[in-house]
Amino acid sequence: MIGTDPHPSPLPAGEGTIGTALHSGPFPTGEGAADRNVLDLSKVCVQFDGLAVLDELDFSMKRGELRFLIGPNGAGKTTMLDVITGRTRPTSGKVTYNGIVDTARHREHELVKLGIGRKFQTPTVFHSLTVYENFEVAAAYKQTLPMLFADLPARTRERIEKVLDTVGLSGRRNDQAGILPHGELQWLEIGLLLAQDPKLLLLDEPVAGMTRPERDKTGQILRSIAGSHSILVVEHDMAFVREFATTVTVLHLGKVLSEGSVQEVQNDPRVIEVYLGHRHEREGEHASG
Amino acid sequence: MKSLRATTGRTSFASRFARWRGSSAVTVAGLIALALAPWFLSDFHVGLLSKFLVFAIVAVSLDLIWGYAGILSIGHGVFFGLGAYAFGMYLKMEAAGTRLPDFMAWSGLVELPWFWRPFGDPAVAIIFVFLAPMAVGAGLSFLAFRSGIQGVYFAIVTQALALILSIFLIGQQPYFGGTNGLTNFSTAFGFSLQNPDVQFGLYYVALAGLTLAYAVCAVITSSRFGLLLVALRDNPGRVRSFGYNPVAINVIVFTISAGLAGLAGAIFAPIVGIVSPAMIGVVPSIEMVIWVAVGGRGTLIGAVLGAILVNGAKSSLSESFPLIWQFILGALFIGSVLLFPSGVVGTARRLMARWRPPHPSESAPRAPVAIQLSSEKEPVP
Repeated sequence: MIGTDPHPSPLPAGEGTIGTALHSGPFPTGEGAADRNVLDLSKVCVQFDGLAVLDELDFSMKRGELRFLIGPNGAGKTTMLDVITGRTRPTSGKVTYNGIVDTARHREHELVKLGIGRKFQTPTVFHSLTVYENFEVAAAYKQTLPMLFADLPARTRERIEKVLDTVGLSGRRNDQAGILPHGELQWLEIGLLLAQDPKLLLLDEPVAGMTRPERDKTGQILRSIAGSHSILVVEHDMAFVREFATTVTVLHLGKVLSEGSVQEVQNDPRVIEVYLGHRHEREGEHASG
Repeated sequence: MKSLRATTGRTSFASRFARWRGSSAVTVAGLIALALAPWFLSDFHVGLLSKFLVFAIVAVSLDLIWGYAGILSIGHGVFFGLGAYAFGMYLKMEAAGTRLPDFMAWSGLVELPWFWRPFGDPAVAIIFVFLAPMAVGAGLSFLAFRSGIQGVYFAIVTQALALILSIFLIGQQPYFGGTNGLTNFSTAFGFSLQNPDVQFGLYYVALAGLTLAYAVCAVITSSRFGLLLVALRDNPGRVRSFGYNPVAINVIVFTISAGLAGLAGAIFAPIVGIVSPAMIGVVPSIEMVIWVAVGGRGTLIGAVLGAILVNGAKSSLSESFPLIWQFILGALFIGSVLLFPSGVVGTARRLMARWRPPHPSESAPRAPVAIQLSSEKEPVP
């Protein structure tokens, strides 16, 4: 399993990896060449009541990439994530995951099993459960009903331990998730995704509402997991984007406006006009944070 | 590696086991008390307590879906009733012997309806005790949850089903005895139901049924499947986005709950000697919810206590104050929901926790922890 992965993984390849699913799972998973794109959107349109939220959107991402997606409000960022995760069906166009999986053919929870993990804008964990129990629920997502009555496999438990370390919540394992402060909730949620060992992580505003040290720590976490995972981050916080992004895609009115390094995007006159015109205002917001 | 496994093991299974063992001391003590109780009670009170134990089975089954998975059913009388009718039909066949059951003859039937025939065989009846409620439960929950009917809307659907079934049974005088239901049972497996010793034995059947239902629910709620149920209650959407199919989980747990309620109904029939639509409709179904609410939902022991306490109060108070009993019951429900939302058991636990030294993780004040973590050393690379 690890052999087919071109990037060394910080996490052990457990029973939840896509490689195993290729042999045992009912879905095509498209494990293949390293240069294959993890995600391709081709002419994707989404309309709500005749209003085009995504307008013939073309987008692609290589495996192992850490990509940032920015754009003014209403640009269609969250809708784009909805389409990728199967929550919203595109009106037309095609979303291809891992080169061969047509996401329109699978339901939301099936796509999760295929390796697409998503963190929502507001942290949504299970408040009545402890941190560790949250991990148990997340990590057991490929288990059959009888397996849910047995102890977690040792490999899964080891992976949970590693992820707990990565997101810095080892000491919080027995605390109820509902009492965690905001920053830790966000890490918990990222950790829960990692426990599922997805190939593609979609993170919607992971640093919203975080203090600066928390934000930096989140950036470090993202860097440490990029490479072994493909990560698409939707983010408003420009200071964060500048610090941690390599490639940035700017979305505007449901289309890709510009794409490239932070430098390139910042110097793109179209971007300056529609988006970075707000830049100073936003920087001011976050400088105080 | 080995030490890692040991520590992680302790946090998952062993801690859950420890938690279970803590409450199991109470459970075992209660079980022993219930096992000894009939030796100190009159026949009348043994019969009464048998009935309460049966109700406790229903309460446990309801607590499994409501207290853990957050699915409120105000129509659980349906599943209780299906179990009761399935076994009642066998009792009726046994009572009638080779003749036609009495109410059929009164209604002018000359021949036994085809669907009654298999119920002459107790094995068939016992299969239907589980099959009928579980099939209806699975069908109902699948259709409802698949189309996204949840929460209050689902509760209303279950209520409607209770109304439909009771009206249906009342209308079927020749086939199901109408308003009177099935009565005049004589024997069960050849044992006379009028014999006090048999009623004494039925008490232990009820206790065994309750123990079984409790054990099933305890195994479920202490497993990872149980965690999933709580997760589903907290946030169904998130359960889906973690890759689970919430519909399947809901249907499984609802079907199990329906089966346990059916079991309760089947034990109820020989104990009380009558199975009628009055036990199926809207009001009894709501009463079942009250037992769980008063006892404390989300704790199995609370459901058992609630069923026994509320019904104990009902049988003593409804004799003394027949006219205002319904008001007392209503006040009990409103009071427990508004003032003690965690019920008798939850409130007792809170009071006990106040006297006990707090758990180390709970005693840690929240704010300092947050500050400490935000200035923590650099994260793992």
